[in-house]
Amino acid sequence: MSEKNILTVSASPHTKSPGTVTGIMLDVIISLIPAAFAGVAVFGARAALVIAVCIVSCVLFEFLSRKIMKRSSSIGDLSAVVTGLLLAFNLPVSIPIWMCIVGSLVAIVVVKQMFGGIGHNFANPAITARIVLLVSFASAMTGFSAPGSSGVDTITTATPLSHLSAIDLSGNVSSQMGALLVDGDLPSFFNMLFGVRAGCIGEVCSVALILGAVYLILRGVISIAIPGSYILTVAAFMLIASGFDITFTIYEILGGGLILGAFFMATDYSTSPINTKGKIVFGIGCGILTSVIRLFGSLPEGVSYSILLMNIATPLIEKLTAPAYFGFIKEKKTKKKEEGAA
Amino acid sequence: MGKIKPDAILKAVRKGKGGILVAHNKITAEKETVRMPDPEIVTLPMLQHIGAPCTPTVKKGDYVAIGQVVGDSDKYVSAPIHASVSGKVIAVQDVKLANGKMAPAVTIESDGERKLFEGIEPPKVTNKGELVKAIRASGLVGLGGAGFPSHVKLNTPEDKDIDTLIVNAAECEPYITVDYRECIENSWNIMSGVFALQELLGFKKVIIAVEDNKPEAIKILKEIADSDIDHGNAVRLMTLKSRYPQGAEKMMVLSATGRKVPEGGLPSDVGCVVMNVASVAFVARYLKTGIPLTSRSVTVSGNCIVNPMNVRVPVGTELQKIIDFCGGFTEQPYKILSGGPMMGTAVTGTDVPLLKSNNAILAFSKNGARIKPERDCIRCGRCHAACPMSLIPTQIEKYASLGDAEALKKLGTSVCMECGSCAYSCPAGKPLVQHMRLAKDVMRKAGIK
Repeated sequence: MSEKNILTVSASPHTKSPGTVTGIMLDVIISLIPAAFAGVAVFGARAALVIAVCIVSCVLFEFLSRKIMKRSSSIGDLSAVVTGLLLAFNLPVSIPIWMCIVGSLVAIVVVKQMFGGIGHNFANPAITARIVLLVSFASAMTGFSAPGSSGVDTITTATPLSHLSAIDLSGNVSSQMGALLVDGDLPSFFNMLFGVRAGCIGEVCSVALILGAVYLILRGVISIAIPGSYILTVAAFMLIASGFDITFTIYEILGGGLILGAFFMATDYSTSPINTKGKIVFGIGCGILTSVIRLFGSLPEGVSYSILLMNIATPLIEKLTAPAYFGFIKEKKTKKKEEGAA
Repeated sequence: MGKIKPDAILKAVRKGKGGILVAHNKITAEKETVRMPDPEIVTLPMLQHIGAPCTPTVKKGDYVAIGQVVGDSDKYVSAPIHASVSGKVIAVQDVKLANGKMAPAVTIESDGERKLFEGIEPPKVTNKGELVKAIRASGLVGLGGAGFPSHVKLNTPEDKDIDTLIVNAAECEPYITVDYRECIENSWNIMSGVFALQELLGFKKVIIAVEDNKPEAIKILKEIADSDIDHGNAVRLMTLKSRYPQGAEKMMVLSATGRKVPEGGLPSDVGCVVMNVASVAFVARYLKTGIPLTSRSVTVSGNCIVNPMNVRVPVGTELQKIIDFCGGFTEQPYKILSGGPMMGTAVTGTDVPLLKSNNAILAFSKNGARIKPERDCIRCGRCHAACPMSLIPTQIEKYASLGDAEALKKLGTSVCMECGSCAYSCPAGKPLVQHMRLAKDVMRKAGIK
């Protein structure tokens, strides 16, 4: 080797996969775009404004908090954009703009950066921000505009879930469902799929969300374990609770934030278990909590609360479901691990 | 809710059993191995294997011939070192090795005559004991990269029922093609090596395992395995999916036999012996000629090499000489590796000698090396999904930084074979293998195995 040529020495491996954190976040953003367009199409231009404000304020808070904490800037990894998008998706279109900014502050500064930034937060930023807003400004957060009527002074209407929660489950569920559908209180199945219903900006169009979810699964960004076990658990509960009424179950799955929550919020890397068994336990736990809140709680919707509660249980789940490594020698007394943390 | 069988769901959800897909980059695969002319000087370090280092048995000024012992040890886990050229010993002193360690070495100036040592004759081998003795005398160490003395491997404990010999021709590391060329160019040696080992050690089954990205090698080996010379019909060719680290010993045993080597155990604990294909071919050659291990094939490749190829070189040749033989560098390399890109060692310079266990010299430019800036872990779990041992590298990293040796043991740190799958797949560019090594060091210091 000639004298001045200095070689780099580092630990193996000397080649790396092309995937990066920014790439993963970009994939998540791409997967959320159809649902964002659907939200704007259903609720009008104000939805776009809410989305834009949430994204810009999240990125800004990320930038400022890193600056104040004298840490390297992290806006390049695009995770703040994802948080902003998801937060906007969880807000009703009529929400005052300043509340969007407060929500972004809670999500980025309090939940994410105060715990160390990306990967270190124990709760999902967007979900926690939504819950903070929900308990602080209950009426603004539950004033859902009817589809097509954008703006602050428009007609507010009940979401499909609040209609469903009025159903007397001890009575004949299918006749009550029929009555709701005939009266037009519940949107048609087609409208449920394509998002022509009251609800938060991003949760209404199930088709767009599932499209994005399929993209994420194909790209290997998320696994089906959490959303699969989550949705199946809710479906199982709803089937049993309604005396096996298929329509009721489908409306429960499509009617609230379940699709958005299961595919995009519960799968958040930082706040869900990393091993597959843990993911399934996490999903089932979310499903049980959501079902219990929807069926027995006073709230019509429980996706956010259940994901937040399971976020907190994640370290425990990971500990209990730790996979046996290769060649692990079992001790004579094998411990039985109980599934379902709830 | 119906009864859920967690295992069935896990199988459906989790793709494969760890491991990663890497670009093969086997650019030297179709080039015939070229014999490099002997260098003027060879340096033979006394530590070219796992185990006890040898002590030089010659002194400065001695004349040595090819195949003459220049270093040996009285320890069992060790392998003698033989002169790889004929000529005069010009120095016996400490030299730097590719991995940065210092070791005593015998430096020989070649007289260019390639004279074979007089005492060389084919060994008389009729039983296991004689075979083990002969293999030790041959200086053979695992040619696949680890450099474990082969006689130790072949001297299988009598109390264990060893029924299977696995010939490892997987060669799952990118770039490296020496084993592939061995299969094509020396298929008969491989086969006679297989039969010799089978006869002497009494294996019931011999499995030759090749990855499915080497159709040419599969064809040739299959012809021989199916031919009449395999009377007992014990030899079987097995095509494995190309998935790194398929060639790792434990993965090999699992893929070939479905058996899992227990923690802290060896393949012999589950009745297997795994040998690299080039080592098996060497055994056949040695039994025929009695010439010890003095030269080996090495893949010289990477995007900085003018003429990438496989070269047969005397052990102890300076890396730079071998690179020069392949046309030198196209541009100033950023990283030079001894070994493959996944598990090889980055060298500080090319002034180090080639060891028995070196199977590749790779030179990369900055673009070829693909570097990622390190970021915070986002807990995506790709390291865990990629780990063939089902470890959780991020947790091990955490406990290593806390110095908690007990927790590291519980997490199975010691089964890590540093294959690099975790660090390869990490989107945050974390040097996880480095952390795994630090974790093992924490355990070592705490005296926990």
